[in-house]
Amino acid sequence: MPCKSDERSAWRCEFPILDQEVNGKPLVYLDSAASSQKPRVVLDTMDFYYRMDNANVHRGVHALGQRSTEAYDNARAVVAKHLNAVHTDEIVFTKGCTEAVNLVAASWGQANLKPGDVVLCSMAEHHANLVPWQLAAEKTGATVKPVPIHDDGQLDWDAYLALLNENPVKMVAIKHVCNTLGTVYPVKEVVSEAHRVGALVTVDGAQAVPHRPVDVQDIGADFYILAGHKAFGPMGVGALYGRLPLLRAMPPYQGGGDMIRTVSFDGTTFREPPNRFEAGTPNVAGVVGLAAALEWLASQDFDRIEVHEQDLLASATEALEEIPGVRVLGKSPGKASVISFVTDFAHPHDIATILDSEGVAVRAGHHCCMPLMGRLRVPATVRASFAMYNDNKDKEVLIQAVAKARRIFS
Amino acid sequence: MLEELYRETILDHGRKPRNSGHLEAATHKADGWNPLCGDQIRLFLIVQDDTITDIKFEGCGCAISQASTSLMTETVKGMKVVDALALFEKFHAMVVDGTVDELDGLECLAGVREFPARIKCATLGWHALRSALAGEEAASTE
Ligand SMILES: Cc1ncc(COP(=O)(O)O)c(C=O)c1O
Repeated sequence: MPCKSDERSAWRCEFPILDQEVNGKPLVYLDSAASSQKPRVVLDTMDFYYRMDNANVHRGVHALGQRSTEAYDNARAVVAKHLNAVHTDEIVFTKGCTEAVNLVAASWGQANLKPGDVVLCSMAEHHANLVPWQLAAEKTGATVKPVPIHDDGQLDWDAYLALLNENPVKMVAIKHVCNTLGTVYPVKEVVSEAHRVGALVTVDGAQAVPHRPVDVQDIGADFYILAGHKAFGPMGVGALYGRLPLLRAMPPYQGGGDMIRTVSFDGTTFREPPNRFEAGTPNVAGVVGLAAALEWLASQDFDRIEVHEQDLLASATEALEEIPGVRVLGKSPGKASVISFVTDFAHPHDIATILDSEGVAVRAGHHCCMPLMGRLRVPATVRASFAMYNDNKDKEVLIQAVAKARRIFS
Repeated sequence: MLEELYRETILDHGRKPRNSGHLEAATHKADGWNPLCGDQIRLFLIVQDDTITDIKFEGCGCAISQASTSLMTETVKGMKVVDALALFEKFHAMVVDGTVDELDGLECLAGVREFPARIKCATLGWHALRSALAGEEAASTE
């Protein structure tokens, strides 16, 4: 459904939450990298599920139980198709990206990491794709080593190759798109180099899925993770893609109902993936909402989204840099529409408070990337992240609000 | 409301924190750390005869945490330890519950209570003070 207004983003009217005032000003939501807003179809689908279909899955013989199970299983097929997985069974539902990495690090890590093995994590990694590896390393005697990045956020390719050649690397953990700087990492090349030395790769796709089509077969990823709430779906749900032979060889992550074949005090047997990794009643409404979000996203013209977001990125970056004292970090070519900046007149938290008073929602802080902050030698940044529902009007309010912050603090 | 938060005194202390620096001869010290936003301070005190005879701090953070810590050092310097701890309670009550309105020149920070996300910035230095006086090395606003 096209929007009525020519001045606003063509996608905006599908996101009801955007049409409100905060602090007496129209809301300008520039925090989609922390959590995106949801289109009406996602809200309606989840509402419909709870009003009409709600029942536990994989249990009941009654009609609602069957409808619920059907919706749940269908959602798995939607996610598999969205990522171009070979098999539907390669998709495991989790409560988010964080749980997906914890699952891989605990289950695959426990079965495969040995003392002396090395896990490589880029210095830009979100804590979600770093800390679980540190925990796994602690348990198994493996070591986690950082892969350095350049000042603009890009991977230090020579250092990466050297690390691969000089260490017994078993796993590489890397983001597809950086939540702090927007950097797009060459994950396909990262995977092919890792595979050359026999290492696997866990790609954190949290920030990629909302901005671009993803093809896990083309990337060659062994594991690929996403979060519903970053991709216009609900919170509390995410997905792990894992190549089927890998998932089949992995031990359970959590125990409980639904993941077992037979249970007795003499010994319990487990189901095949993905069920083996989905203990207990899942977040069915969340999963159904996630599928609705991905179907909605797949029905959009990604080329148009890309042009729209890149226009906003370029003009917002330029306008911010015209404000004296503002420094935009990590301007690598081809990056996604995420802008991190610092200023010489105010701390990021003070700027975020001023922006909020103008109705502008941004994030200030370390963005769960403390090693990256250390690498960039800043304690924190202000991050404005643009989704397809943002537009020039949002950008202009942002720029005026940053200029106001400068007037207050200088 | 924004004017209530960023009053001139606060902007001034934020830009030019008083008592900033290091105390070699500190008898008490503590690190204050706000995990939410990364604000970090290190507080040094010299306590003699139950009195805070000198106090300094170093670190980085937002205008609110810097100004609040700066104002705190000015206020408690020369104070009895018991009085400083009592002031901690009053300050906390002012910014968290809004129950105190007059406070030795610290009332300029009362506006913080309208900004829940920023309260911990205002209390960081005070938490560090309490930890230092209790002989703990670290304080977190968590
Ligand atoms: C790149 C990246 N990875 C992982 C995560 C963690 O996602 P979640 O908190 O939904 O598990 C986030 C979001 O904070 C992210 O931006």
